[in-house]
Amino acid sequence: MPVDADPNQDFSAYAHPDRLVSTAWLAEHLGDDGLVVVESDEDVLLYDSGHVPGSVKVDWHTELNDAVTRDYVDGAGFAALMSSKGISRDTTIVVYGDKSNWWAAYALWVFTLFGHEDVRLLDGGRTAWQAEGRELTRDVTPVTPSDYPVVERDDSAIRAYKDEVQDRIGKVPLIDVRSPAEYTGERTHMPDYPEEGALRGGHIPTAASVPWARAAAEDGRFKGRDELAAIYHGEAGLVPEEDVIAYCRIGERSSHTWFVLTHLLGHRSVKNYDGSWTEWGNAVRVPIATGTEPGTL
Amino acid sequence: MTEPGPRLPPRLAEIVEDFASVEGKDKLALLLELSDELPDLPEGMEQADMEQVAECQTPLFLTVDVSNLSSVRLFFQAPPEAPTTRGFASILANGLDGESRETVLAVPEDFYSALGLADAVSPLRLRGLSAMLARVKKQLRAA
Repeated sequence: MPVDADPNQDFSAYAHPDRLVSTAWLAEHLGDDGLVVVESDEDVLLYDSGHVPGSVKVDWHTELNDAVTRDYVDGAGFAALMSSKGISRDTTIVVYGDKSNWWAAYALWVFTLFGHEDVRLLDGGRTAWQAEGRELTRDVTPVTPSDYPVVERDDSAIRAYKDEVQDRIGKVPLIDVRSPAEYTGERTHMPDYPEEGALRGGHIPTAASVPWARAAAEDGRFKGRDELAAIYHGEAGLVPEEDVIAYCRIGERSSHTWFVLTHLLGHRSVKNYDGSWTEWGNAVRVPIATGTEPGTL
Repeated sequence: MTEPGPRLPPRLAEIVEDFASVEGKDKLALLLELSDELPDLPEGMEQADMEQVAECQTPLFLTVDVSNLSSVRLFFQAPPEAPTTRGFASILANGLDGESRETVLAVPEDFYSALGLADAVSPLRLRGLSAMLARVKKQLRAA
């Protein structure tokens, strides 16, 4: 049975308020039957250096990605992973992580590819939990392996591939959530992340630039719905009833934006192009726009 | 296969052997232990005096004291929220601090492959470690 939603009034204006929990809610519900807390970070050791009591770690590099093909694990791999974390198909999962929940949102998005129904984010992530002086422990979480069914991944609804993106330039709005310097082409990578660069800089023609961090308030929690609507609908011109494709560098920051558009603003159809700039900026003969203007095909 | 090359100085060779002798989660535990042991900067040394290694995903600062070339000193600083980066820095600090300029310059660029961390940490993350060693060597060559 799913765990009750966080009744926090701060979330009530969002399209799907049940997709968020507050730090206070999580602190009260730790240890509840049917709840598993997952930490997902950029740093592979951060969980081990201290985590929310009773939580388990899911690492994007070593656990969510296939070890050979550039793809996610398959249905059997996902079932084995979930089972090893003590997660059942009807478990309520709360994900939190570092870097304003980038990797947490990414994990949530991957769990959604497998149709796991009840998966929520901790608003503000690890930083908020820590800033409030809440407990972190190095105690090893005992896990009883669960029985998770093999469910094949369904990429059709929320994942875009390069060919689809190329076909739909000019027909479907694209949103580029990287930093402004990556968008213009001045940089091929984020500051401090040169190892994941690409051969070409710039953006996919027609893509609007809305850096992911604009969705976050100063404390790392999500901004209110009105503020978010002013950014994504007002400035970027997105329409909740229409399709939209988001991308970044490897799909992690755009998972964050995917969460905002889908669950906070209630967009009907949002896809994350996880190949993102590391694929597009290295692909042969795809169109690229440089500079601050979205550009045309 | 994981036998360290003849040119690894003894303390670094020992660390490499420690890593090579354990598997999976134990490798991460060992890296966390090293991360915890990364010494603080000595009194009077400021981050502003250090070089930033941009290849690391989180801020890492390093400096090499070359006032005695037969015993060079390595100093690193990285925040607690970057334990992997701290662990990498600690491998170099523990393994190479106090060695001669020549000894450090002779460490093979790919010594880290013998740690066998690629599966536990991912190859991409490991690049931060090689970048750190490259920066250390660059400072030494300039000395």
